Amino acid sequence: MKCEDMLAVLNEYVDGTIDPSICAEFEQHMAGCNPCQVVVDNIRQTITLYKNGQPYELPVRFREQLHEALRERWKDKFSAK
Amino acid sequence: MTDRTAPDPSDDELVLRAKAGELSAFENLVQRHEKRVYSLALRLLRQEQDAEDVTQQTFLSALEHLAGFRGEAGFATWLLRIATHAALKTLRKQGGLQRVSLEAATENTENEQAIPHPEYIADWRQSPAQLVERNETRRLLDEALASLDEKHRLVFLLRDVEGLSVRETAEALGLGEANVKVRLLRARLQLRELLTRTLGDPESRVSRAPHHHG
Repeated sequence: MKCEDMLAVLNEYVDGTIDPSICAEFEQHMAGCNPCQVVVDNIRQTITLYKNGQPYELPVRFREQLHEALRERWKDKFSAK
Repeated sequence: MTDRTAPDPSDDELVLRAKAGELSAFENLVQRHEKRVYSLALRLLRQEQDAEDVTQQTFLSALEHLAGFRGEAGFATWLLRIATHAALKTLRKQGGLQRVSLEAATENTENEQAIPHPEYIADWRQSPAQLVERNETRRLLDEALASLDEKHRLVFLLRDVEGLSVRETAEALGLGEANVKVRLLRARLQLRELLTRTLGDPESRVSRAPHHHG
């Protein structure tokens, strides 16, 4: 396997869905190829960073308004039956 | 009597109760998922007002269609799908989508040859765990994400941030799975490049010489 082949296997490698024989081949390549290893690390860190980012809080005023609107709609819907 | 020590009810259980007309079960579901829906909308649309509109539309729509929710996908996935559709609609209305129509967005126009190889390759100076603690990190992440094309941002947000599978992402966006995979690869590489330029340790920067093994 060559560095140019990395892009074809990158997604499946970091997602753990790669075919085991291709995985072994890629890992063998990486063992002797620092740039490919660093790219894979970087990609994993990138995903981790985004995944672990805190969600945004709803603005308080909007949150109240949302729940009020939902309660109103709920009452309309269920009392109309 | 409700057992106060009982574990929190699952989404599925709350959905059943909400379907039976229990408002508090529905409100519980909204509380559980509102931040996720709002965050997705905000990251997609980048305007608070638009994100609020989409969040409200999403939960009103969920309320409206709850009876039709069969639970094949989880409740959260279902909500995120509704939110994605609402956000796409808003983006199209604004003409903000670079490929405006869904037809164009579903074209399999990307090929792997066009995907640029990584350029700036370096170890990061800090671990993701350390970075998450820093206030600047969120801004950096949001700016990097905002610089992606809509179509790449959408796929990355659903797949890597929200944790949908490739298949679920494809379904939510009306795309083929192969297309989702190519877009995801592009998004991941582009974000890696941008983040590494800021977070990478110049000392550890490596140059990529074509490297062949027997």
